[in-house]
Amino acid sequence: MAVKDIDQVGLDTYKFGFHDDIQPVYTSPKGLSEDIVREISRQKDEPAWMLDFRLEALRQFERKAMPTWGADLSRIDFDDIHYYIRPQDRQARSWDDVPEDIKSTFDKLGIPEAERKFLAGVGAQYDSEVVYHSIRDDLEEQGVIFLDMDSGLREHEDIVRDYFGTVIPNGDNKFAALNSAVWSGGSFVYVPEGVRVEIPLQAYFRINAENMGQFERTLIIVEPGAYVHYVEGCTAPVYATDSLHSAVVEIIVKEGGRCRYTTIQNWSTDVFNLVTKRAVAYRDATMEWVDGNLGSKVTMKYPAVYLMEPGAHGEVLSIAFAGEDQHQDAGAKMVHAAPDTSSLITSKSISRKGGRTAYRGYVQVLPEAERCRSNVECDALLIDDRSRSDTYPYMDIEESDVAIQHEATVSKVSDQQLFYLMSRGLTQEQAMAMVVSGFIEPIVKELPMEYAVEMNRLIELQMEGSIG
Amino acid sequence: MTATNGQTTLSIRDLHVSVEDAEILRGVTLDIPAGEVHALMGPNGSGKSTLANALMGHPAYEITAGQVHFKGQDVLELETDERARLGMFLAFQYPAEIPGVRVASFLRLALNARRETEISVMEFRRLLMEKMQMLRMDPKFASRYLNEGFSGGEKKRNEILQLAVLEPELAILDETDSGLDIDALRIVADGVNRLRGSDLGVLVITHYQRLLNYIEPDRVHVLIDGRVVESGGKELAERLEAEGYERYGAAAASEDA
Repeated sequence: MAVKDIDQVGLDTYKFGFHDDIQPVYTSPKGLSEDIVREISRQKDEPAWMLDFRLEALRQFERKAMPTWGADLSRIDFDDIHYYIRPQDRQARSWDDVPEDIKSTFDKLGIPEAERKFLAGVGAQYDSEVVYHSIRDDLEEQGVIFLDMDSGLREHEDIVRDYFGTVIPNGDNKFAALNSAVWSGGSFVYVPEGVRVEIPLQAYFRINAENMGQFERTLIIVEPGAYVHYVEGCTAPVYATDSLHSAVVEIIVKEGGRCRYTTIQNWSTDVFNLVTKRAVAYRDATMEWVDGNLGSKVTMKYPAVYLMEPGAHGEVLSIAFAGEDQHQDAGAKMVHAAPDTSSLITSKSISRKGGRTAYRGYVQVLPEAERCRSNVECDALLIDDRSRSDTYPYMDIEESDVAIQHEATVSKVSDQQLFYLMSRGLTQEQAMAMVVSGFIEPIVKELPMEYAVEMNRLIELQMEGSIG
Repeated sequence: MTATNGQTTLSIRDLHVSVEDAEILRGVTLDIPAGEVHALMGPNGSGKSTLANALMGHPAYEITAGQVHFKGQDVLELETDERARLGMFLAFQYPAEIPGVRVASFLRLALNARRETEISVMEFRRLLMEKMQMLRMDPKFASRYLNEGFSGGEKKRNEILQLAVLEPELAILDETDSGLDIDALRIVADGVNRLRGSDLGVLVITHYQRLLNYIEPDRVHVLIDGRVVESGGKELAERLEAEGYERYGAAAASEDA
């Protein structure tokens, strides 16, 4: 891979430090109640409307049934979760508690010591301030706001209030309701009209530490003609001691604007990752979700784009990788609510060692949304006979003048491919990793360089010991 | 061209190979000294490709008896990739398609697999472009996905490109001439001829004599029903061209479609 050398630059430029001497500030008791929701809001010193939003969400959460379609969620125990831990508390965790396999993956990825601790949730980043500040000054000059969600609410309440919960209402689904009740952290991004943010904004750089939360809440507003690429997470494994991660991401892309949102999630394999992501795109706007799911025990995630006005375009590019005991139920949702809108869904999944992937997609064309075009392509690659892949393409087309295409393939790594590559001197593992990296190449090439590099290395690591 | 150092690169002794319990090779014995080009000719179904695949260690081909040594090492003990790193190379009749993997990325990894120190990106680029020029290939070819959507001729040329870049000590060309028009055949043959030298042993597997007009063999062997029934100089190939395989038996001739 020709990109290996660049990787060094990508990782070493940013020096992360960590604290290990911060005392816990506040940890809510396990379980969920109105008192806890009120306490979260009080601790954050929030305006009354946000408390009301949370309380209403709590009621919705209690009313809503668990989803019974998709992955098995019966093992989630809502009473056994801390819903709010002040970020400083996380430093109280010990490096010794981080599982060996995660430590060894850090080793193999060559991630610097301080960064490992940050990713493992036992350290905080602060040495990156210099880097962060130079980016922030640039952005500020252009009027771009890039803050954690809590600060966003404090400093820009007027904007937040106009948009918060408008794309994903607090009762949208059980897990969105849960997030709405107890959310903490996440990102707030505002890009003014006509501003093109040329560097990807990465949650990783954001100095306020509340970005690794279990119930983070992200809101991105792209004004007319503006552009931003937001990158969340990273390919290194993220260690969580709590078993549930349930985020909400809302994005508004106005006329002629464009937003790309890239996520690579690599949660440790005991986490239920249940995320609601939705964008609305107005006239001639473009929304692109690039979504990689490598970690977690169970992921249910279907990034959505509501195409509200003519010319709007939505894309979802997703990769799911399911290993032993993993179930990646991922997909996309496109709602064509206006004429002349278009959408593209490309989904690639890889299953090995008995892992299970599913593509679950929903394309809806509302009446009078004429001349819509939608193209869905999902490809599954099975590494062995024990693994599984399913496709659930739902279509709800209420207009006849449309062009909708759906194509699904399931393939296996063939003996001929392995033999061919090995006959050139590649080991079986290298050969397998090469077939897999080729399979996901159409999506990986859309990632920022350092993520593409890490992604490929991670696939190689995942393939280690996968033979036989 | 016939001057060799006499050292035997590949030595096959009484090789028996079965595929799905059917015996295809029934005792093949063959020596290819370093620097020599040998042709293996025979009708369809005689076991030519079976020999090529078995030598490279394809898991579907079961060795039931016999020995294969390469540079003095017992090859049958080695995995396919170990054989490759030892210096064996098979130019496939039907190369597998690997979508999403670029020719250049693949070749660099393959080259590094057999080197002690990694080749630098720049150095590799130079090497690749030089070899592609030799085979009169468009530089854009390097960034195409491996064999995906390649024409028959492009696939064969790509096999020879790999041969040129990897510089093995033994090259087995499995029906490299099939599906090539005369111009492509010439280019491929030119490529092989340039790689001929004191070290490279070549086993050219072919049905027709045509390729041997361009790659002149030191020795020619005739494979019928899983056995080498005759060996000789290049005149043997010319005789086969004139007479066909009929003289070796009706069974063989009938398969010669």
